[in-house]
Amino acid sequence: MANLDFDVSHLLAGGLVVVSFMLLYQDRLYALLNVYALHAVTLALAVAWQAYIQDAPHLYVTATIALGFKAIIIPVALHRIIERLGIHREIETVVGIGLTMLVGIGLVALSMVVMLRITGGAAPIAREDLAFALAVVLLGLLVMVTRRNAVGQVVGFMSLENGLVLAATGAKGMPLVVEISVAFSILIAFIVIGIFLFRIRERFDTVDIMALDQFRGERR
Amino acid sequence: MIDLGFGPVDAILVIPLLAAAVLASLPSYRWAARLNVGATLLTLIAAISLLFAARPAPTPYLIIDDLNIVFIVLGSFVGFTTSIFSATYIGHELEIGRLTPTYLRFYHAMYQILMSAMSLALLANNIGLMWVAIEIATLTTVMMVGVYRTHEALEAAWKYFILGSVGIGLALFGTILVYVAAEPVVGEGLNSMVWTELIAHARAIDPALLNVAFVFLLLGYGTKVGLAPLHAWLPDAHAEGPTPISAVLSGLLLNVALYALLRFKMLMTANAAAVAPGPLMVTLGLISVIFASFMLYRRRDIKRMFAYSSIEHMGIIVFAFGMGGPLANFAGLLHMTMHSLTKSGIFFTVGHVTQVKGTQRIADIGGLTETHAWLGWSLVIGVVAIAGLPPFGIFMSEFLVVSSTFARSPLLALVLVFGLLLALGALLLRLNSIAFGEPRGPTGPVKASYAPLVTHFALVLAVGIYLPGPLVAWFQHVATLLG
Repeated sequence: MANLDFDVSHLLAGGLVVVSFMLLYQDRLYALLNVYALHAVTLALAVAWQAYIQDAPHLYVTATIALGFKAIIIPVALHRIIERLGIHREIETVVGIGLTMLVGIGLVALSMVVMLRITGGAAPIAREDLAFALAVVLLGLLVMVTRRNAVGQVVGFMSLENGLVLAATGAKGMPLVVEISVAFSILIAFIVIGIFLFRIRERFDTVDIMALDQFRGERR
Repeated sequence: MIDLGFGPVDAILVIPLLAAAVLASLPSYRWAARLNVGATLLTLIAAISLLFAARPAPTPYLIIDDLNIVFIVLGSFVGFTTSIFSATYIGHELEIGRLTPTYLRFYHAMYQILMSAMSLALLANNIGLMWVAIEIATLTTVMMVGVYRTHEALEAAWKYFILGSVGIGLALFGTILVYVAAEPVVGEGLNSMVWTELIAHARAIDPALLNVAFVFLLLGYGTKVGLAPLHAWLPDAHAEGPTPISAVLSGLLLNVALYALLRFKMLMTANAAAVAPGPLMVTLGLISVIFASFMLYRRRDIKRMFAYSSIEHMGIIVFAFGMGGPLANFAGLLHMTMHSLTKSGIFFTVGHVTQVKGTQRIADIGGLTETHAWLGWSLVIGVVAIAGLPPFGIFMSEFLVVSSTFARSPLLALVLVFGLLLALGALLLRLNSIAFGEPRGPTGPVKASYAPLVTHFALVLAVGIYLPGPLVAWFQHVATLLG
């Protein structure tokens, strides 16, 4: 049984890294969002598995947040924002895909080398989880660096945050995990609202609600 | 002592939250400003009473010890004076229509939530709780920076948001690693995140994991301190938000992030096998000092200039704590206190100046001492103090940093002195054109509150001339704690 525990958590955490790679080469915003939703679903499964093998029911809350909030609400909201702003055709990557993938592979190798070397004392499941989590965090940073579009950057940040949640749940018995994941969800919600205001400014050159009212013919 | 179940610690955390709830629904600007001042005054009184009251034993969530009392008292004092300044400042913004009453309610509520979150971060005995509190503090300041909703303000808020979030994410990873490192020693569950437990078992914690954790924590919280390669959010956030927020950012929030770093530094020092955190902090500090000093020369915006000066001073403080030892730590603590008081005092002055002149461009501000004697000379005093000239407190603390460094590694001291002189030159150069010469820009009368800035500068002057014995003893005691 212990072996199965390890194998499944290894599979799910590794899956998260693979999906992180998929985020790297998406050049259309809708596709990027879909892959992000997949990322969140994988995270939810990984967290739920941890909840099961650690016998820690509170982690199911974190898994539910990951599934409901990050895999459904946020992608749908971003989808709508993109649609309303009419930027769904935008394609952008600063560096070439080949180079980005190579850098990504380097980052994963780096996190494996660093984390597996220093975590000799920890339990094997926590070790693997931490190594994969660091890889996801670094890949998330890479996504943020290679995107210029605000939506792309936010998706990068959210995948980074998924890596952090993976690390927090992998650390056996860590307290405050639920609180931390709620705090992060608030942060993300604010970022999404932030993009909306930000992009409105780019469209209408102001976020002044008065000006918007005027634009819609609701002059006071 | 009778346990009432509600001590000053609870008061510090609860008063601002109650005030925030009331302020969010209070339509009258005058009453809101008064309530804001009243709430911060009560918090300050509660904080000062911590000095005299018997300390409750640390719980898994909260702690009061000699180190964080210094930060709490200083923080609530600056919070109080800033709220007085904010009342006049915001009144003017409301008159000229830069803020609407709705946003004002929002602003006041956020101010109080920020105060509560910062106190929570300082009082936390739990590294997870500390992280959550710092995250909330970041969020509230982001929203306050963007409160004018101009093009620039939103861009500054966005930049601050993204960089701050990444910093906070890295800090969380470091926090998790500390837990993983502590878990085999302290045991599974809450205790492995409790600061007092961690420090008690520090010797036995796996050093390799701690090293990596510290790198993440240094990068993460260092972003919030505004250390040089990670500082990009700081000048924008200072320049585009309301000036009371610039004062609170420089005077309080940077200190809170610094406090988090210091806590983890103590943990690292307590473990002999872990890498010494000093050299890393010294390097980042020196880079910040030199970089910010050069940047000071090319500033066109008065608030942006003082923001770079904050980066410089945080560099000096981190440098001093990185050097370590009783004398350098003492100098670092003193410098932190003096910088908080001086820099927020300067922002009070600058806030009124920019309201009179209607601009933040240095080129459009001139001859202040002739047209507005009080503001002009306050600014002169503030800049002379922040540049590190005698007889002000910053001179003393900078002197201590430099002399203690000279005794140990003269080369580092030379680099530091070079940075300090560079900054001095830049500040005096700009001061000359702002305060003296032909008056430029509008010269209308000013409605300013002088009490906060006079108090701040008087304190800095008093410390520069005479440092009271008990304060010296206290700081010396804390300095030995820091190792």
